[in-house]
Amino acid sequence: MIIKILGSGCKKCVALADNAKAATQAEGIDAEIQKVTDIVAIAGYGIMATPGLVIDEKVVSSGRVLNASDISKFLREARQ
Amino acid sequence: MQDILIWLNDQLLRMQWLSDLVTWLVRDGFGLDTAERIGGSVHFFIYDVIKIFILLSVLIFSISYVQSYFPPERTRRILGQRQGLWANTVAALLGTITPFCSCSSIPLFIGFTSAGLPLAVTFSFLISSPLVDLASVILLASIFNWSIALAYVAIGLVLAILGGTLIGRLKLEDQVEDFVYQSPVSDHDNDGAISRRERLTYARDQVAEIAARVWLYVLIGVGIGAAIHNLIPEGFISALLGQDKWWSVLVATVAGVPMYADIFGTLPIAEALVNKGVGLGTALTFMMAVTALSLPSLIMLKRVVKLPLLGVFVGVVTVGIILIGYIFNATAHLFV
Repeated sequence: MIIKILGSGCKKCVALADNAKAATQAEGIDAEIQKVTDIVAIAGYGIMATPGLVIDEKVVSSGRVLNASDISKFLREARQ
Repeated sequence: MQDILIWLNDQLLRMQWLSDLVTWLVRDGFGLDTAERIGGSVHFFIYDVIKIFILLSVLIFSISYVQSYFPPERTRRILGQRQGLWANTVAALLGTITPFCSCSSIPLFIGFTSAGLPLAVTFSFLISSPLVDLASVILLASIFNWSIALAYVAIGLVLAILGGTLIGRLKLEDQVEDFVYQSPVSDHDNDGAISRRERLTYARDQVAEIAARVWLYVLIGVGIGAAIHNLIPEGFISALLGQDKWWSVLVATVAGVPMYADIFGTLPIAEALVNKGVGLGTALTFMMAVTALSLPSLIMLKRVVKLPLLGVFVGVVTVGIILIGYIFNATAHLFV
């Protein structure tokens, strides 16, 4: 599973990445977390507010720092 | 009834109690006379910093709560359903309740344009968003008065509506970078339907984040304000920016455009300038130049639009705020 954090390196993006990491550990999922910081690449996902969370190329949230349990929900959905 | 309103305005908005408290602290605590230069500057600094941080926290909390009902996807849908000048007006109004950060302008620009919103509407939104927000109304009312606050908002909205419309008329759609039009439109379930608890959390987080981002600008702004207030000779300021100098508005614009700060850091400077006899229009022009145009946001915009369109944007906004400065200077007696 590949998780991407979209955002140009703001504090919120770091927080979201940390939460995503915690969620993968809690769910026991072997996932790679990538950071996408280029504005053009971010626009390529069609989101209008950062940070954005992308799981296996699907945008699941934008403009919010989800907590680990919210991310876990998305991880479980993505795994099914 | 009138007396009660005036009292509420003085105590809650202008925070007379805080001013009195700081006067007492500076006089009895530090042994300085607030009527003297040093004591006056110290008073200005302590009082303004505390007042701005109190107002900033309360205002950002309330506005972020409202804002949580209008995520960008919803704003885009609302704007897509409207046409002509009405669309520009709604864009300018929605710009007043959207994020204060210039860093969000690029994703918004791409998201709006790729979804087919006209440039006119997008630019109305982009001009209004940093220039006018609900926080600035209350702050202006606190530092100056209500008629100046409302006039600032009204004229800021007019600038956003007319500026956007003018940019739209110039048919510069080919001056947008190609990748913008090719960007996908993602409309995932973000329509603002979240629980009240989430809205409150969001509002609280926004206060923390914005306070962390702007505190230094506020301190610098109030510091400059305090220096202008009592340390810089009045003759110097009036020679450069005095009411009788026709170039004062131009100087304020040239000084303000490259500067990067938000309204919280800029207001104390404007306040001190007006106290020193600078025209109201000149001070407002300075504030608008600092908040509406800044080098960092222009550098970011350059990545999505080509130079001619960027030039038109800067030109329209600059001419607009210069005109506003002269109009306000000529009519200032109506507001004070």
